[in-house]
Amino acid sequence: MAKAERDALIESQIPALRRYAYALTRDATTADDLVQDCLERALSRWTLRRGAGELRPWLFAILRNRFLNLNRANRRRGVAVALDDAPAPAVAAEQEAGLNVRALIAALDTLPEEQKSLLLLVGVEDFSYGEAAAILAIPQGTVMSRLARARQRLRTLLDGEAAPFLRRVK
Amino acid sequence: MTRPNAPIGEDDLQLHVDGRLPDDRRAVVEAYLAGEPEVRVRVERERRQRQALAEALRWKAEEPIPARLRLVHLGAERHRRAAGRLRVAAAAAGLFLLGCGSGWLLARGWPAAPAAVPVAAVSGEAVAAYRTYVVEVAHPVEVGSDNEQHLMAWLSKRLGRRLAAPDLSAFGYTLMGGRLLPAGTGAAAQLMYQTPMGARLTLYIQGADGGETAFQFFEAGGAATLAWRDAGYGFAVTAPLPRAALTPIAEAVYRRLDAGAR
Repeated sequence: MAKAERDALIESQIPALRRYAYALTRDATTADDLVQDCLERALSRWTLRRGAGELRPWLFAILRNRFLNLNRANRRRGVAVALDDAPAPAVAAEQEAGLNVRALIAALDTLPEEQKSLLLLVGVEDFSYGEAAAILAIPQGTVMSRLARARQRLRTLLDGEAAPFLRRVK
Repeated sequence: MTRPNAPIGEDDLQLHVDGRLPDDRRAVVEAYLAGEPEVRVRVERERRQRQALAEALRWKAEEPIPARLRLVHLGAERHRRAAGRLRVAAAAAGLFLLGCGSGWLLARGWPAAPAAVPVAAVSGEAVAAYRTYVVEVAHPVEVGSDNEQHLMAWLSKRLGRRLAAPDLSAFGYTLMGGRLLPAGTGAAAQLMYQTPMGARLTLYIQGADGGETAFQFFEAGGAATLAWRDAGYGFAVTAPLPRAALTPIAEAVYRRLDAGAR
């Protein structure tokens, strides 16, 4: 494959990789560091990729593994990662969904990483269960049961919210 | 789950939330939900939360990509930068190499020539590679031990030295496989071993000019490393073991690699 073709393929995934990285780290700079690290690794391992299957899950798996490593280092250090404030989402979106977006994101942040990643990969990045299983290195059957648990947890966390009435008007 | 008449399962409901049910099955699930208002409310709620989450994060994927993430800017120097950052990350994580130069185990060595790659540098790279890959769940190795012959031939070729994977079964470790790594201007190899309990050990090999040295002991962040230089290569054995337990393993590696080289 020509280098330009390879670069175009990888670059087309950068917006989604940034979104996943941001949702995991909740910090714009850390997220982009993570994406950069992921891209560097992807390039340096490109020729060894044969047999690794589809490009998109492969890139997300690299990103997630880098995140787990970073997380371990941070935990050892005991340093809290600064949280970005998400920009105020459009009021219309909140009304449509009938949910308080901020409460939703906050609830997501309380989930274990694996459940959080599952919700993001399946629900936001639209990966199939098989692809999500490959990214997280778990069996496909486990994806379904963990997804059910994650969604149940999110529901329970948000049940106390008077969600439809809480919206910021800017 | 694709059989139209099978009983409704949690998997059906999740697939429904994700809009991934085949048409015929979806009809069955919807008929079921029509008769189960409580479940329907729950599924609807999960569906809305899924949409809301995607909606809440959409702006991030619509942002222009920062220039530093363009691949042309990552291209040429990527190895050096990635390695540099790894070292920074390791230092930031409190990964200080202790015992440097104080851990002569055997009296068979002599001080390195001034221009030589210090054993400490080999050890630092080895520890960085260890920390990166030993925690890896999905891809701990690039080539698995089921392809050992190919793996060792490949690594030997890239490192320019005939390498044989040492047999460490006497210590309970079996070979998982290995990978090629960038190291300075050349290449390095990492072999990973594992016990049945999942404890891992790595052997790191890189080109390192200079004379032969004795074993040197380093300790950083819960992992111990014994490193030495021999015949133009630096070697390092790293594992979360006490020095007394690591030493016989390193000696076995030294003997085995030596046999492979001659």
